[in-house]
Amino acid sequence: MDTRDLVVIGGGPAGLAAAISAYEQGCTDVVVLERDVQLGGILNQCIHNGFGLHTFKEELTGPEYAARYVDRARELGIACELGTMVVDVSTDRVVTAVSPQRGVFSIQAGAVILAMGCRERPRGALGIPGFRPAGIYSAGTAQRLVNIEGQMPGREVVILGSGDIGLIMARRMTLEGAHVACVAELMPYSGGLKRNIVQCLDDFGIPLLLSHTISRIEGKRRVEAVWVSEVGADLKPIPGTEVRYPCDTLLLSVGLLPENELSRAAGVELSAVTRGPVVNESLQTNIPGVFACGNVLHVHDLVDYVSQEAALAGECAARYVAGTMASAVREVPVVAQGGVRYTVPSCVSADRMDERLVVRFRVGNVYRDKYVSVYVGDDRIIHRKKRVMAPGEMEEVVIKKTDLTSRPDADRIVVTLEEE
Amino acid sequence: MAQERELTCINCPLGCAVLVQMDGDKILSISGNTCKRGETYARMEVTNPTRMVTTSVPVDGSDSERMVSVKTATAVPKDLIFGVMDALSGVRVTAPVSIGDVVLANVCDTGVDIVATRNA
Repeated sequence: MDTRDLVVIGGGPAGLAAAISAYEQGCTDVVVLERDVQLGGILNQCIHNGFGLHTFKEELTGPEYAARYVDRARELGIACELGTMVVDVSTDRVVTAVSPQRGVFSIQAGAVILAMGCRERPRGALGIPGFRPAGIYSAGTAQRLVNIEGQMPGREVVILGSGDIGLIMARRMTLEGAHVACVAELMPYSGGLKRNIVQCLDDFGIPLLLSHTISRIEGKRRVEAVWVSEVGADLKPIPGTEVRYPCDTLLLSVGLLPENELSRAAGVELSAVTRGPVVNESLQTNIPGVFACGNVLHVHDLVDYVSQEAALAGECAARYVAGTMASAVREVPVVAQGGVRYTVPSCVSADRMDERLVVRFRVGNVYRDKYVSVYVGDDRIIHRKKRVMAPGEMEEVVIKKTDLTSRPDADRIVVTLEEE
Repeated sequence: MAQERELTCINCPLGCAVLVQMDGDKILSISGNTCKRGETYARMEVTNPTRMVTTSVPVDGSDSERMVSVKTATAVPKDLIFGVMDALSGVRVTAPVSIGDVVLANVCDTGVDIVATRNA
């Protein structure tokens, strides 16, 4: 069996940044396993601009952002096996994969970084009545067809869900000559970035119908029309409000799900909220030597934050491999409360953490003029007013090592929203 | 004769509804914004709104790619978005292509080039 100090599963933005960071920390015996025939992951099809403002201080398209990391990985000579699908990760870090060149093979890894990303919630998860005609695509599938394959999925389009990919595809389909009749959003607010609502919908006069859903799909062989209904407070369609939109295409942008089949099979503990691994401050899972970062950990809105998070995972994995990771005398849980849905990480050891630790979280609703507060034990160490917070925008707070070391008796960290 | 323009500020999730009162090209007042950035944005949007245009064009002779993604090297006037798309219809490129290669020079007489955003 092959051995490697570090195996990174996934060659998208998270996997690449993690591998590069680990390598730069001295963990040079690293391999990236990627199931696609090229590196870069989903960025390859995200041809719009807006990536990299935080990381590179310039606005790049997805393929350009990916190329920066692919080039760096090549420069360092990091091994990348493409067309290679990992089929199993064991609790003792044996990674089993399959590829056309090597058949089935196993690698004993010193450490593993999970960076498999996420996938789109499919139609089957929604329960929309109607047949199963052609013409229903997830927004990401349509994005791939248009941008990579050069194929238009349809001409008269309705989009369900106002996540960023749905908004981006509303503009993309319009630019390519399709007519987008509307974007229907179940919630009373959009899950997408404000900038995308303005530049992808408003610029083209595409209506965003909040508190609306699709109550029926017409057509047996091909979509012929969809029925859009207003929903009540219970998020159920209100009878009598339905409007019929003739169309040949329905795009679904209804959420992303971290892809954790491998993690689950390996015995990695998953969060019911994020559906990603439960990790500590080093982004290590409950299995020693197995780390996670990027969208497999929790779904991000900005790739810049994925890169930052992945760099930390790479650094920590390198420490683990080198045996220089401090052992934790004490570990305290991070508790999400008062409108905060989850935090990553969900426990922290002051012994292991760097001088500062970024704790990322999402809120469960749109909140105006609330305070983000962080308590260590009974002491409030952060109290910051936010004009607005929304589920679609990830938030962060920074905890300092001294916040914890100066309060050795604190048994937990609480991240919460407060009125004042 | 005064006209009104309603905008949504894109600088933060607040998304302020900004109302701009204009007399021809002259801005009379900007209201509804809750910070300075909103005013700057509104001023730009009513006087010279610009956008990056990104799309993809077919590539011949590449082993791996059918399409190459491209962008306007800098933002172009917003009302030229479809003009740029028209100018690019029928444009094909031949491999090898590298990021930054000019695919179409001076699109729509803007002085802005269309450049490749991926290698093929």
